Amino acid sequence: MGRYLVKRLLAAVPVLLGVIIVTFILTTIVPGDPARIMLGQRGSPETIAKIRAEMGLDDPLPIQIINFIKGALTLNLGYSYRNNMAVTDAILARLPATGMLAVAAIIVAVVMGMSLGIISATKQYSWIDYGSMLFALLGISAPTFFVGLLMIVVFILILGWIPGTGYGDGAFIYLILPALTLGVRPAALIARLTRSSMLEVIRQDYICTAKAKGLHNAKVIFKHALKNAMVPVVTIIGVEMASLLSGVVITEQIFSWPGLGRLSIEAVTNRDFPILRGTVLFMALIFMLTNILVDLSYALFDPRIRYE
Amino acid sequence: MEYAPVIGVGTSAEGQARSLWYDAWVRLRRNKLAMLGLGIVVLVILLAIFAPYITRYDPTEQLIWTEGRAAQLAPPNAKHWFGTDLYGRDIFSRVVYGSRVSLQIAIAAMGISVFIGTVLGALAGYYGGWIDEVISWLMNVIYAFPFLLFIITVVAFLPPSLTLVYVAIGLISWVSIGRVVRGQVLAFKNQEFVEAARALGVSNRRIIFHHILHNVIAPVIVQATLGMGSIIMTEAALSYLGFGTQPPTPSWGLEISMGQDYLLSGKWWWSIFPGIAICLTVLGFNLLGDGLRDALDPRLKQ
Repeated sequence: MGRYLVKRLLAAVPVLLGVIIVTFILTTIVPGDPARIMLGQRGSPETIAKIRAEMGLDDPLPIQIINFIKGALTLNLGYSYRNNMAVTDAILARLPATGMLAVAAIIVAVVMGMSLGIISATKQYSWIDYGSMLFALLGISAPTFFVGLLMIVVFILILGWIPGTGYGDGAFIYLILPALTLGVRPAALIARLTRSSMLEVIRQDYICTAKAKGLHNAKVIFKHALKNAMVPVVTIIGVEMASLLSGVVITEQIFSWPGLGRLSIEAVTNRDFPILRGTVLFMALIFMLTNILVDLSYALFDPRIRYE
Repeated sequence: MEYAPVIGVGTSAEGQARSLWYDAWVRLRRNKLAMLGLGIVVLVILLAIFAPYITRYDPTEQLIWTEGRAAQLAPPNAKHWFGTDLYGRDIFSRVVYGSRVSLQIAIAAMGISVFIGTVLGALAGYYGGWIDEVISWLMNVIYAFPFLLFIITVVAFLPPSLTLVYVAIGLISWVSIGRVVRGQVLAFKNQEFVEAARALGVSNRRIIFHHILHNVIAPVIVQATLGMGSIIMTEAALSYLGFGTQPPTPSWGLEISMGQDYLLSGKWWWSIFPGIAICLTVLGFNLLGDGLRDALDPRLKQ
């Protein structure tokens, strides 16, 4: 298992390098001089030339990339063009908000998705089955920003259950709507997948045996069937991480949530390329680590899977 | 369309061989949800094509000038089914015309995705070795890249244009197709019919594009149909954030973002109708894609 982990982490290195190269190419080909952006209208041509030299903007692209990677190895991702804040500090400052949101959304997705899926599978072709699958279909088809908007209208404006949008200094009540908004889509996917993989498992012989032994229905479902139905569900969490991270960008924008997603959009509007590169790299890193964790967790649910 | 009752898989009532596509169509017809999806998709396409004949008003015409202030933010009524917006424009017209932008971008971006994904996936699967390594690396890089940020970065710093939007979306969404094609080609390349073609001296290019890809069409169609929905959502999100379609071109995402301030004050129609349009269209493509997967996947054949 340890060797497998090392192998996977090593395999992630060239991918991260690729992400860095692509980000650099994207942010270098655009028109506009970062030094000019930093100084605004005040800068004389001499100061601009000086700043460009200091920031290494005159170096050829490969040199800039190598310097960036050298910095990244010592956790130095450069400094914001806007307020000269270290990129790592800017990311760390926003990380708790995004981390809280993402974890809450995954909890919503897993709890809601699996319960709906299990109920649907055990009560196949009942109204509750049709209802959950309708919810799942709509959840997959509705764009995140529209779901968020509807949440705001219903729960903040009409019902008044939630005081408003924003971070509210991390108060739990402010977390509910963004987490639901971000969690709906993965919940819908998990519900569909849990249902179909449960239906497949329920028909197998060992479930029949368990029932014939006189085991409780609940025990059969939760102990025998669910464990085997978990593998595809865990897979979808890894696959969905990519769209979850894109969903973070949108959800944070709608709910004025001060996390990494908002930071990245601010970086785009301000042309603050160091911040943009930092957030992109960080999100790619999170994505890859989650997927390695997902692969490792298969061994938990299926003892036949071993990592040498 | 008339067809003979099903007697046995692969044969018609007259005992003639039937094609995979005919079999798939028969299975698709039996799937009610898939037919609902197909119906929605066809309806949206028809709306986009015949938009000028369906709508009574020009989508950018400000009716304040002809109908006075009453045409400003008017709730849905007999003349304006979906109401009007702040500038006195007919929202029904804007929703109908909005389908043109969504479909145009979805089709163009999907075309780019299918092209890149098929070519690179086939090359990686067929040749293996370093070609496969490089292409697979590229796929992993793009897959790990936060895709909305990729598109926004491409689109935000250059002069806004629809072309840029679909090129950006196409450049990042080909990976799922690429992986499917690579896997299928890998599975097919050592089968007898390919060996036979090779023994006959058929060129590599012809083997890939003629003999093997022929067998990959079905999974690519399924992936592409399912992908249409997510491209439409991506375009809407992009326009909602202000990076996609620019006013006054009607686009569903843009309408929702313009209407949201009024949504909060009870004037719900400006945002809600375009939102429903997106959900329905995406639902249509998803249902059709699910149905196609069940119909074309030979493992599920009864």
